[in-house]
Amino acid sequence: MKTNLSTLLAQAGNRKDPKTGAISVPIYQTASFGHAGLGQSTGFDYSRTSNPTRLVLEETLAAADGGAKGFAFSSGLAAIDAVLHLFHSGDRIVVTEDLYGGTFRLFEHVFRPLGLDALYVDTSNLQAVQKALQLPGVKGIFIETPTNPLLKIANIRAISSWARAQNILTIVDNTFLTPVFQKPLELGADIAVYSATKYLSGHNDVVAGAVVVRTAELAERIGFFQNAIGSILGPQDSWLVIRGLKTLPLRLQKQQENALQIAIWLSSHPHVKLVHFPGLPNHPGRNILDREQIGFGSMISFEIDSTTRVPEILSGVKVFLFAESLGGVESLITYPAVQTHADVDLATRNRLGINDRLLRLSVGIEDVNDLIHDLETVL
Amino acid sequence: MNTRTKLIHSGKDRDPYTGASSIPIYQTSTFAQPDPEHPGPYDYARSGNPTREALEHSMALLEGGTHGFAFSSGMAATSSVLLLFKPGDHLVVGQDIYGGTYRVLTGLFKQWKLDVTFADSTDPESIRKAITPATRALFVETPTNPLLHITDLRAMVKIAREHTLLAITDNTFMTPYLQRPLELGFDIVVHSATKFLGGHSDLIAGVTVTREETVGHHLRAIQNAFGAILGPQDSWLVQRGIKTLGVRMDAQQKTAGTLATWLSGHPAVGAVHYPGLKNHPGRDIHESQASGSGAVISFELRGRPEVLKLLKQTQLTLPAVSLGGVESILSYPAMMSHAAMPRPERLARGITDGLVRLSVGLEAADDLIADLDSALTVTTK
Repeated sequence: MKTNLSTLLAQAGNRKDPKTGAISVPIYQTASFGHAGLGQSTGFDYSRTSNPTRLVLEETLAAADGGAKGFAFSSGLAAIDAVLHLFHSGDRIVVTEDLYGGTFRLFEHVFRPLGLDALYVDTSNLQAVQKALQLPGVKGIFIETPTNPLLKIANIRAISSWARAQNILTIVDNTFLTPVFQKPLELGADIAVYSATKYLSGHNDVVAGAVVVRTAELAERIGFFQNAIGSILGPQDSWLVIRGLKTLPLRLQKQQENALQIAIWLSSHPHVKLVHFPGLPNHPGRNILDREQIGFGSMISFEIDSTTRVPEILSGVKVFLFAESLGGVESLITYPAVQTHADVDLATRNRLGINDRLLRLSVGIEDVNDLIHDLETVL
Repeated sequence: MNTRTKLIHSGKDRDPYTGASSIPIYQTSTFAQPDPEHPGPYDYARSGNPTREALEHSMALLEGGTHGFAFSSGMAATSSVLLLFKPGDHLVVGQDIYGGTYRVLTGLFKQWKLDVTFADSTDPESIRKAITPATRALFVETPTNPLLHITDLRAMVKIAREHTLLAITDNTFMTPYLQRPLELGFDIVVHSATKFLGGHSDLIAGVTVTREETVGHHLRAIQNAFGAILGPQDSWLVQRGIKTLGVRMDAQQKTAGTLATWLSGHPAVGAVHYPGLKNHPGRDIHESQASGSGAVISFELRGRPEVLKLLKQTQLTLPAVSLGGVESILSYPAMMSHAAMPRPERLARGITDGLVRLSVGLEAADDLIADLDSALTVTTK
């Protein structure tokens, strides 16, 4: 029987402690594991290499995405870092142009100096992607979809099939939709990466990252990097992400319902010029979403009519929290130009549409009327 | 302020809001901001978390540096330091460096065209000879793992200054309680905080401390961009461990001295490596740069069959990977910490098939001696 995702997630970590029968997996707060004798490992030697609590999380993530293996890291960026070590000095990688500022910084400030050349394209434009994949030296494509903060949609199935034909690795940052709404590996991608800080843990209480790979060969290489670099997730945080995963489908459904109502409400507000939300009928990526994905998430970005209004909105909100991050049960409002995307240069930001009138909402599970009322007051 | 006092009072380990004597565990990913013109002191926990910051501040104070950074493991600390370099840069690295450092250099940074020459750090001339025009840094350990060789830290600083190199050292075995390389002129200290700093074999963590602002700022950018940070729970546990570092280290090295002397006279044991022994070749240098001999000993048995018997027979010392905890740990470098190194290279470095490493914990010396004695006696049968 193929277990449904909700069942798999609700029971994550169950039946893992035969000694006591504890329903919740123990937090193995240990560095090392004793051996009965030399060569008689329990399967656990040193927690950097593998820790039983982290392993439950990693197995759950792999099962949720239908991958060969999962890996948990100390942050989303540490997860992406581990994946980028698959490449070499002199390689090129095609990257979604309006991606998370931290990922942009990792490409530009850490990996470009090492010799990895990132080529930024609009991955919602299939012609542009196809052209970029033909360029010499391209070994990978890194897609964010929906993008952060403009919620553009990429066609993972089409892109990954072209990429595979040319031996190019497809990596998808699936932070915004999670396996509940989108399964990149089933659509043909080789690797899914996550900031598990966001929806996967879902309570704004953990910084964590994850990687799920499609093949055993990739699993071996990422496993080597995880152990060699050592950017692992600790046992307490691993346990908190497992705990978060149990309510992931419930949270996402409620957040999506709230987000749709807010997006519709914003679309008709006189001070709002533009609303980016993949769930709106007029969203340009909507047909891909309807075909490839089960849901459209709960991230909204919108442009207001005047920059001068921004400070009073951000300091005036009473229910929304003005903070960086997203994906938690509590709704957050973010100002991408000065927070999440501050590391992207001004010209690029303006070209992409990440201007100083753009605000981003991460919609939580509060009562939707309270959220709308809060926005109405400040707008 | 005396180091013993700094271990207890680091300045940022109290909660200004409630007065709690222990810093709260800030299990949060983000911090609400008052408004865009007045950003708060913390925005996102990868960039800064008060619990982690208390530990980072404490480590900077203890090592006498400008910035401390806490990472998800000792290897994440080392990997972050290695990101300071660029393709084509060359490093001179002590040949008996920790196996994990060897692995990340040869198995990962090599593909980013970072060149490495391994040289004998106990011999400054051998280090000097390995320097090329592309050399940017020296990376050494002292005492080394697992042979407890001594590197002359002042001589390394002199060479680094002459060639404008960054001087990096792994201070895991000594901790700032016994040895402070930044005060001798080193630029960066790295630690596996899993070991003596945490001290209870209950977490994985790493730390780096920098001597100068510029390197500190560069490493801060790397910590935030690469994101291999230490979580709040583990940060809090390391900070808690540091409070007893002094008393633990005093007791552990006292027992280690007793055990090293006793092992030297045991018929089943060949060479004993411990910087506190009178015949240790690096003893004078060690005493000139550190205030104690530490709590790690290594010693030689005849070969692998004898090691297997010893690990099987001991009742008190835990056969495991790792070191530096309150419990004594016996490990077998050839198959554990240095398993990543090809055998010929391992043997060339003196890490034989009969070498055993003992991390001495807080158990009573008499109990440890009795346990080892009965286990060692079996190995001769």
